[in-house]
Formats: sequence, structure tokens, C-alpha cells
Amino acid sequence: MLLIPCPYCGERDETEFSYGGEAHIERPKEPDKLSDAEWADYVFMRPNSKGVLLERWVHSHGCRRWFNVARDTLTYKIHAVYKMGEKRPRVPKTDYV
Amino acid sequence: MTARYSIFSLLRNALSYHENWPAAWRSPEPKASYDVVIVGGGGHGLATAYYLAKEHKITNVAVLERGWLGGGNTGRNTTIVRSNYLWDESAALYEHALKLWETMSQELNYNVMFSQRGVLNLAHNQHDLRELSRRVNANRLNDVDSELLDARQVKEFCPIIDLRANGRYPVLGATLQRRGGTARHDAVAWGYARAADALGVDIIQECPVTGFRISNGRIQAVETGKGAIEAKKVALCVAGHTSVLAELAGFRLPIHSVPLQALVSEPVKPVIDCVVMSNAIHAYVSQSDKGELVIGAGTDKFIGYGQRGSLPVTEETLGAVCELFPMFRRMRMMRQWGGTVDTCPDASPIVSKTPVEGLYVNGGWGTGGFKSTPGSGWVYAHTIAEDRPHPLNEAFDMNRFVTGYLIDEHGAAAVAH
Repeated sequence: MLLIPCPYCGERDETEFSYGGEAHIERPKEPDKLSDAEWADYVFMRPNSKGVLLERWVHSHGCRRWFNVARDTLTYKIHAVYKMGEKRPRVPKTDYV
Repeated sequence: MTARYSIFSLLRNALSYHENWPAAWRSPEPKASYDVVIVGGGGHGLATAYYLAKEHKITNVAVLERGWLGGGNTGRNTTIVRSNYLWDESAALYEHALKLWETMSQELNYNVMFSQRGVLNLAHNQHDLRELSRRVNANRLNDVDSELLDARQVKEFCPIIDLRANGRYPVLGATLQRRGGTARHDAVAWGYARAADALGVDIIQECPVTGFRISNGRIQAVETGKGAIEAKKVALCVAGHTSVLAELAGFRLPIHSVPLQALVSEPVKPVIDCVVMSNAIHAYVSQSDKGELVIGAGTDKFIGYGQRGSLPVTEETLGAVCELFPMFRRMRMMRQWGGTVDTCPDASPIVSKTPVEGLYVNGGWGTGGFKSTPGSGWVYAHTIAEDRPHPLNEAFDMNRFVTGYLIDEHGAAAVAH
């Protein structure tokens, strides 16, 4: 069970949230110039990091707002929570294999 | 070393109180180089090694395992075997695997306790029923045995299920694959390990892979906890960690690794003699030979390598199980655990060559890897030996995410991805 600190509501139970996957994926600026491989990379390819991952969550059963979380995917420790549009936090480097 | 197991060897060893059984496989130190290095000593990796040696006569092979054999997802699944997948490509692949299951114990001279007790997939509403009848029809066109049962037939096949119409999850019908069932998951890894070892394959445990040496786009060697090992070909077969190793080799995959959990109850007398699965409510139940109920749950919604499942998922699954089988309400659960499953966006696996020459990838089996173990090893061995896919796994190329030729098996894969 994760306790997720929503930047608007404070610490709440995992069941109140929905997951949005990797954060900071930018939609291609010139979509008509992309090759199939570049589209595949944008749509499907993900780092799936073992270690600290910047990811999006939404507080579905609370304030219903989206925000970003820096979470370690091995230990599940949440290092930082920040609002959409804010700068990426500094997070410890991990090198699990 | 590789004496045959039989009733006579059992009797002979009984005389010495079973203290003199030979080791089932050697534990050699790695050689400086191999023709093929397989990374990952789970069921899929060991099956690959076995079929490389047996079908393709490539025996200068090492299987590297970071922990112990079958200690990952091979020993963490709910042991269900079936092949009732929707699309032609998947049906062919999983049905090939099911046929190999049927002869596995004899072929490996190792009892994998394969029990074709029948697998039910429940329909709880009209949509489920339509979806499942479509799948039954597709299965029959592909020569996969599959039947559609109505509610009364479900009750006959599995009498302990609660079919009172006022239940929270009414059962309107189910599909039944009679050739489906369960197998002893550890035995599959051990059986393949013993048979591969007998053919000359080196199985090296406690040997994590930490990097790859690649030059001119071709694989040269793997870096391991026991030093560098040169290899002409390297085959990844690491389930949940596929993306991690792909990153070390310099390419990206469309895989999400999420925890999938299971539980077993205290052992009780035989009460359920088939496998019951429900896609809609994420509950799978069968009973092991020891008498424990083996219960499979859904995946966590977030990426996680922690090999443990969240409590809300456990709660949801047990709630559903108690609704379907009210007699289980007072049973106690003994153990709960999780495995890291590698899910693809289309719920189908990747068995493929990679952008690196001589490096192959087998992963993305997600929540359905166990049932495919023999088939996966068989087609992967062919892909490695011939340097091109077998017709059975041609469609499961990693390039399908570029061409758009996805094989959407979310319905048949059962657990929500």
C-alpha cells in the first residue's frame, strides 16, 4: 500500500489515486514529419526504469488533479511530489540491475 | 549423473533412505566463451537451452541465472496452462505449447504433474458472454478445444460455485477448455534444467549479468558477476527485467513491469477439481495437490520491481472469490507474494531479433508466461539457432509496434494489463 502525498490534499491512501505512467512525454511538435519508428517511440516505447521514475498520478477520488511523483520502483519510496509544469526535482541516482 | 528416474530407481533409493540421489544437474564454473549465452534461468530460459541442444544440436550453451533456478516468475505464478487465445497467431503459439505440455513429463523423464483438469472462464454479463462465445468460435476454427457452457452446465462442472441469481457477480455462462489445467511450476524448471544439463548445457546460478560488450553493432560478450563471458549469440529471457537489460544493450522496448500477486490458503480436503478464472473480477482459483487453494489476483496499477503485491488488490480479489464461492469465506490465507511481470501494450509477447546483431529478446509475456514455457523455449531456440524467427513467432517481432501489426489479446490474457 502506497501513501501518496498529493500536493493539494496531503498524504492519502493509494486507492484514491489513478496512475498515469511516465511523466514529461512531450507530444511531437511537428507530427506530420515523424517516421513510423519515431511515432512508435512516442506512443509505445518507455524506459520502464528500475530505480527512480518520474511518473504522473491523478487524485481521482479527491481533488481530481494531476501531479508528478518521483518514486523508486524497487523500494516504492516516494522522493518528491511536484505540480504539473514545475521543474523536475533532483533525485538520487540508482543503479540497480 | 543423469540416471533415469523410474519406479525402480525410487525403490532402490528408498533402501538408502533417499540419501544417495545424484545431483540433478552440475554446477560448473563458467567457461571463457560459449556459442550461446542465455540470460535468465527460469522456465523459458531453461526450455530454450534444452531445445537448442535437442532440436538444433547446439550444446556449447550457458544459462546464467542471477538467483536460483525458477526463483523468479516461474516459481511465483498460479500454474495455469491453457491455449484458448483469440487471434490466429496467438492460438498457434499457445496451442503448440499445450501440445508440448502433454508429452513433457515423458520427454524430460521428470514428473511435471501436468493435470488436464479443465479451465473455466466465467461470463458475468451479456457482454462477457458475447465476447467469450466469439473466442470459443475463434478457438474452434483454430483447432483449439473450447466449449461454451450455460449457467447450469457451469454448476455441474464446478458444483461449489454460487449461482443464486442475486449474487454480486451472477454467472451467465463460461468457456471450458478441457485440455487446460495446471502443472507443478518448479518441476518444469527443474525438469528442463536436468534434461538440458544432460545434453551438455552449463547452468550457472548466482551469476547476474551487469552489462554487454557490443562492437560494430554486434554482441561480443556479457559482463557478469563472475567476469566477462564471450558469446557468439546472447539470448535475453528475463521476464520483468527485460527493459533493464535492453537499456544496457542500448535499445528501448514497449514494456511495463508491474507486480502480479497470488496467494495460497491453508490446505483443505479436495473441494475444487478444475480451474476457475474470471477476467472481469480478477480471481482465479484452483486447488493444489497439497490441498491449498491457489488464488491468482490482478496486477498493481503502477510500475514496480518490488516482487510484492499491494493490499488493495488482494482485498478486491478475495472479495470476489468469497462472492463466487461462499464456502471459502472462513478460510485463512497462508502466503501472499508477487512477481514482476513484463506487460506489452497489446498483451502479447516479443520473441524477436534486436537491433544488436547476435542479441535476441524473449519477453513481454506479461501475466501469461507460465503456460507458454515449452512453446516459448521451442520457438526461441529456433530463432537463435537459425538467426530468423520460426513461422510460429514471426508475428511476435518487436517491429510490430512500428508497423502497427499488434496482436491484441487483452481479452484472452485474462488479467488486466
